[in-house]
Amino acid sequence: MIKYSSKFFSNNILKLFVSLLIICISSVSFGAGEKINYPQLNWSFSGILGTFDRASQQRGLQVYKEVCSGCHGMRLLAYRNLKAIGYNEDEIKAFASENSVNTINDDGEVVERPARPSDKFVSPYPNDKAARAANGGAYPPDLSLIVKARPDGANYLHALLTGYIDAPSDQKVPDGMYYNKYYSGNLIGMPQPLYEDGVEYADGTKATPDQMAKDVTAFLAWASEPEMEDRKRLGISVMLFLLLLTALTYFSMKQIWAPIKKQ
Amino acid sequence: MSKSKFKNPVVKWIDHRLPVFSFMDHELNHYPTPKNLNYFWNFGSLAGFALVTMIVTGIVLSMNYTAHVDYAFDSVERIMRDVNHGWLIRYIHMNGASFFFIVVYIHIFRGLYYGSYKAPRELLWILGVLILLLMMATAFMGYVLPWGQMSFWGATVITNLFSAIPLVGESIVTWLWGGFSVDNSTLNRFFSLHFVLPFVIVGVVILHLVALHRFGSNNPIGIDVKGTQDTVPFSPYYTIKDLFGLSVFLSFFAAAVFFFPNFMGHPDNYIEANPMVTPAHIVPEWYFLPFYAILRAIPDKLGGVLFMFGAIAVLFILPWLDRSSVRSSQFRPIYKIFFWILLFDCILLGYLGAMPAEGIYVLLSRIATAYYFFHFLILFPLLPYIEKTKPLPISISEPILGGAATASAFATREKK
Repeated sequence: MIKYSSKFFSNNILKLFVSLLIICISSVSFGAGEKINYPQLNWSFSGILGTFDRASQQRGLQVYKEVCSGCHGMRLLAYRNLKAIGYNEDEIKAFASENSVNTINDDGEVVERPARPSDKFVSPYPNDKAARAANGGAYPPDLSLIVKARPDGANYLHALLTGYIDAPSDQKVPDGMYYNKYYSGNLIGMPQPLYEDGVEYADGTKATPDQMAKDVTAFLAWASEPEMEDRKRLGISVMLFLLLLTALTYFSMKQIWAPIKKQ
Repeated sequence: MSKSKFKNPVVKWIDHRLPVFSFMDHELNHYPTPKNLNYFWNFGSLAGFALVTMIVTGIVLSMNYTAHVDYAFDSVERIMRDVNHGWLIRYIHMNGASFFFIVVYIHIFRGLYYGSYKAPRELLWILGVLILLLMMATAFMGYVLPWGQMSFWGATVITNLFSAIPLVGESIVTWLWGGFSVDNSTLNRFFSLHFVLPFVIVGVVILHLVALHRFGSNNPIGIDVKGTQDTVPFSPYYTIKDLFGLSVFLSFFAAAVFFFPNFMGHPDNYIEANPMVTPAHIVPEWYFLPFYAILRAIPDKLGGVLFMFGAIAVLFILPWLDRSSVRSSQFRPIYKIFFWILLFDCILLGYLGAMPAEGIYVLLSRIATAYYFFHFLILFPLLPYIEKTKPLPISISEPILGGAATASAFATREKK
């Protein structure tokens, strides 16, 4: 007889433990967040079944190339990685060769050659100091991980890119700074990057700032987590397997313990 | 043992000369285990599983990691992007640390609730606290390796704590760093220690198991096993129960790894370490937050460090702080209430550790810290003098209470 440690009691302890744990973890993650509320968008890649929208990602790459890449690098991304968002090898070769990288030839001289698919994205500045010098002292961060490197990254990025408004009359905006309602402290070194029809989309999508912000965010979200679709797909199979395993072990346990429980 | 129980001639031959099979048969198969263990007794084996998972994934990660300030961050990203299934291994390792702590914290609170640290299991408990301490050191150094902003600044803040030691503090910090700031030599030695400490943990875990098997598991009623009628052989009863527990654990673990891999991390650690830029809030990993809150609750730096380490130190002497001879809280009506207060207190400390050290949070941290030490240093020794414990059952398999089976009778039995 093992009824003494009444089931009711231990079940309740378990529930308490789990709920306290959830409270603990969730309050901590709330505490870490910023106080500014960003508009919460419904991204195709959020949720456990979410995937990237290829068309949006490709438009996002165009926005990155034509607008952002003037100042922001993506040093962790290689041109070959673009295969994952739907480009073929010839397109990638052509895309890469628009940039040039330094190499050392057989005579030991530093020469330029066109970038290959195996090269990493060429950064706009040779080093951090050059980047700062060209931007009034503000460093344009590398965008390879930007969506993962900010709390609520995708919504934050979209909000930031569309958050340029006229400064309130009591707010002084110094030279070389701009007012953004979603930036912490509101004064940002980056001028408003996206304007109506700033790029011309090949697929005919209207290039509103909001649309461009969404597209470039979709592209950058992928750049931050290129494994995301594989991860979720594998996750579903693993969860199904574990569900089955849990059921199997549960009923085996019940059967094995049955004679003991009957005593 | 004169007649071998093994049929296989090779096994028989080996076992006669090197009795490993007899040993395993004895400790993992026949090992008598109380038959009334509830699911909270699953967390020991889960912790063992987590340790092995961390070691295996860690070794694979180390094959692709570069411990150098210029390459560490990029080598981790290379693992995430270019190494086949590198993201999976890294996310298992990263979330595995959190899950290891979740499991171990539940394991510890189970011990607190059912009095598993009491005689004759004092050394078993102390070895467990030692494992916790080693885990904390290992986890802290592991968090430095990706060389993100939180890695760097966390390392700076925590190593700087040693500067609070009078006279030699500054020299100790320089010695720990291997230089005058957290830099390449710090990263290198942290990698080296992060690699070796888990094997030290394995060693202490083995001692923990040897001590466990000396008297066997405690149980929810907390009274000693009286005979074979109170126990079942470990296999198949607890092997299957542990397997079921493992399946449930893996389901939660996999959900985190595959669907919310960065939930328990900090976004700032995806920004490469930069000694020139300090993050707005430097927060340690969640499992250190209660201790971090205690550290910040004390207005004096050295005092804070002493109280923080004191929070662990009291665990070491707990078997002698608690004067009650009744193990399980089921029979300690007053202690049971305080147990839940302590659990709430620890969770509150964890919450406060994540908040900025200002305003109401400072006051709350001080109250919560005071309660923590009150609980261990005053409540545990004095409560038994006030508390009237409930009568204990005669045995595990005998739920009906005998007239004489009171707490005092139990205590005299214990002394024999």
